[in-house]
Amino acid sequence: MRRRIGIDVGGTNTDAVLLEDDGVAAAVKTPTTSDVTTGITKALAALVAQAPGARTAQAVMIGTTHFTNAVVQRRDLGRVAAVRIGLPSGASLPPFVDWPEDLAELVRAEVVTLEGGHEFDGRPLVPFDARGMRAAARRIREAGITSVAVAAVFSPLNAAGEEEAAAILAEEYPGVAVTQSHRLGRIGLLERENAALLNACLIELARKTTRAFTEALRASGIAAPLYLTQNDGTVMLAEVAEAYPVYSFASGPTNSMRGAAFLSKRDEALVVDVGGTTTDIGSLRHGFPREANSVVEIGGVRTLFRMPDLLSLGLGGGTRVAREPLAIGPTSVGYRLTEQALVFGGDVLTVTDVAVAAGLIDLGDRARVASLPAALVDAALVRIRGMIEEGVDRMKTDAGLVPLIAVGGGSFLVPARLAGVSEVLNVPHQAVANAVGAAIAQVSGEVDQIFQDLTREEAIARARRAAEDKAVAAGADRATINVVEVEDLPLAYLPGNSLRTRVRVVGDIAE
Amino acid sequence: MRPVTADEIESLAIGAWILGTGGGGSPYLALLNMRQAYRKGVVCQLMDASELADDDLVAVVSNMGAPLVGQERLTDPKTMALAVTMMEEYLGRKFRALMSLEIGGGNSIQPFMGAAVLDLPVIDGDCMGRAFPEAQMTSFAIHDLRMYPLTLADVRDNAVVVARAASWKWMERISRKACVEVGSIASTCKAPRTGKEIKECAILGSTTKAIGIGRAVQAARRAHRDPIDAVLEVTGGIKLFAGKIHDIARRTTEGFLRGTAAIEGLDDFRGHTFRLAFQNEFAVGWLDDVPRVMTPDLICVVDTVAGDAIGTETLRYGQRVTVLALPAPPILLTPKGIEHVGPRAFGYDLEFRSVFA
Repeated sequence: MRRRIGIDVGGTNTDAVLLEDDGVAAAVKTPTTSDVTTGITKALAALVAQAPGARTAQAVMIGTTHFTNAVVQRRDLGRVAAVRIGLPSGASLPPFVDWPEDLAELVRAEVVTLEGGHEFDGRPLVPFDARGMRAAARRIREAGITSVAVAAVFSPLNAAGEEEAAAILAEEYPGVAVTQSHRLGRIGLLERENAALLNACLIELARKTTRAFTEALRASGIAAPLYLTQNDGTVMLAEVAEAYPVYSFASGPTNSMRGAAFLSKRDEALVVDVGGTTTDIGSLRHGFPREANSVVEIGGVRTLFRMPDLLSLGLGGGTRVAREPLAIGPTSVGYRLTEQALVFGGDVLTVTDVAVAAGLIDLGDRARVASLPAALVDAALVRIRGMIEEGVDRMKTDAGLVPLIAVGGGSFLVPARLAGVSEVLNVPHQAVANAVGAAIAQVSGEVDQIFQDLTREEAIARARRAAEDKAVAAGADRATINVVEVEDLPLAYLPGNSLRTRVRVVGDIAE
Repeated sequence: MRPVTADEIESLAIGAWILGTGGGGSPYLALLNMRQAYRKGVVCQLMDASELADDDLVAVVSNMGAPLVGQERLTDPKTMALAVTMMEEYLGRKFRALMSLEIGGGNSIQPFMGAAVLDLPVIDGDCMGRAFPEAQMTSFAIHDLRMYPLTLADVRDNAVVVARAASWKWMERISRKACVEVGSIASTCKAPRTGKEIKECAILGSTTKAIGIGRAVQAARRAHRDPIDAVLEVTGGIKLFAGKIHDIARRTTEGFLRGTAAIEGLDDFRGHTFRLAFQNEFAVGWLDDVPRVMTPDLICVVDTVAGDAIGTETLRYGQRVTVLALPAPPILLTPKGIEHVGPRAFGYDLEFRSVFA
């Protein structure tokens, strides 16, 4: 029997599920602890108590928001040497140029800019300054900086410069951690470099955290390999993933959407994940979240890498409701819902109180909301429906009706009928969809490249082969690989029918 | 002549993006360059054209190339300065000031980047009053001024002088070829203009206008007022339509991004549809299949809530957008102007009628 454990470490709760073949055999929800590990150990103990078979799971997948929080809260960040390869171009905009000053001061240890890089068609811009790189590597070593981010102009099209730089660093400074930007992002030097810098400053924390996860697993008597889930709904082995913490920035919402797809057996749908503070709306395509093609800010830093395209609304179970004039949110009582909401004896009118008064859910003391005017309750529900409907409409990519899957602890807020929606699906275990999504994760490969003078079909076929090779290198079984996303954009002002093509494939983990 | 503050450069970036009418390229990287320069103590000067002597020379500058390449090669004040000094060497004369080719998009800030290095003032004006896709779509071309010489420089110390060209089209073809060869991104200094030509043929005051639009948007945001109303107030523009994008088609032909976008009406416009055609910039708009607005009137598409301009490359299904028309500079509305930049210049067999007529 195939047994997998999925764990989602959120800001409020740590959820764990045991998946046996294609069924949820056990599911638990425990509070997240400040050290993270204790929460995981407790969740695993509760899971094993429910289903002793959990001990013989063949794989454990963890999704966490730990690294995003570290950037947002400016804590546990390492100091980094930035190496930019691309002079003479870009000299006026050095690494860290558009970072918030407080974060740059914490992270920036050394900035090196060298000649090198490529053109959009793969030609070298100028020869790579290998000698300068060697001298810089020695300086970095002498300064005791343990993590380096390397970004070269057009490295997604030709990674030779970054690879050579990494090789020189490894020779001169064995053991130094090197993040190469082409592994993380797409075209857009500053945004890709920013992703590499963020990754480099999180690498030490990522090592510690994955080791703590591994210990928690061993302490629970589970011998299975540990995987970390990524922004795109796939996994990497923990020992590989610890080198790429930025890949897990958005793994929480992604896992929710993947879990929703699995639990509902729908591959094409919208997913509405209602939490305590926000509602995330995303779009499933071939069972995976559609990805954002635009700039995503993390802790004030502009990045451009694989993230689900999400619309976040200020609507959750803890969202405050104002009476005169009626207003829903945007602030929330958050995790203090169980103290401050009316039904829990508090004095703040929240969306949960409205839902209880309307009979959508039975929580706390219903008598405490009996006196709420029916007109107020109705008007608030109309407003909530309007917020969800508008969000849904924004996330749709065409005008037709689409099915919608409701997940998350606040999914009772999603009305059974919505404009633009063919049906609203409520599924079992919807409150732990995120942990389910972690448990079912696969392995992916992606290519984003400019092709010239090829037909659209040839360009896509070429990109697809390269993406498949990447997936296999990351641990996928070639026989199970599927294309999940194809996108092409003709480029203005470039010669020879230039076509930017992006292909993403996924496959099962090779046994 | 007056100093330009760092805040005004920020406002310029916002206003110029709106005046880009969907094209012109994002001003973000140029703005980052100016923030760097101002941090180092640079303060640029804005000069009124009336301060020019008739025989002064002005460098008209712009970046040329593919926006996507610009995202990797970035943009650097030094290459802009190089194109300008090369022109000075070629002419054997010094420039008195720099001016933008187009106030719409990133090229609005390029003369400031060059000026920061060369310590020259920037003329308050341009020769499009917006953004346009082709070299002959300028007030200088409308006035039949000479289109050569042109200098083009890249970061590697490659530099090209196009000494003569038989027509605007030839100038575009030759310089485009050189631009592609150096990696599809280059700084250019267009045909130099005398003070007299600037005073008589440029679109004056457009820099101040762009700054004013940006400042109005920022002030509205701070006061939680509608930034779109603020834009209309300062420009005398008209709100044409508001709705949601429900269809979008793009293709590149002959190096341009062409396509159409359809908008489904919301609120006051419910039940109506608006269709936009673009060639890098928005060219024509139809309300319920009747032509409603056309170039050279400025057609601007902005985010209905934030008031930020939306480029033709970033239009997406589901976006809530408002379509605005802003008045075009008078020179573009003359019969000769319409010939150069009217709907027929973009392949639409429509008789030009301004929404402001």
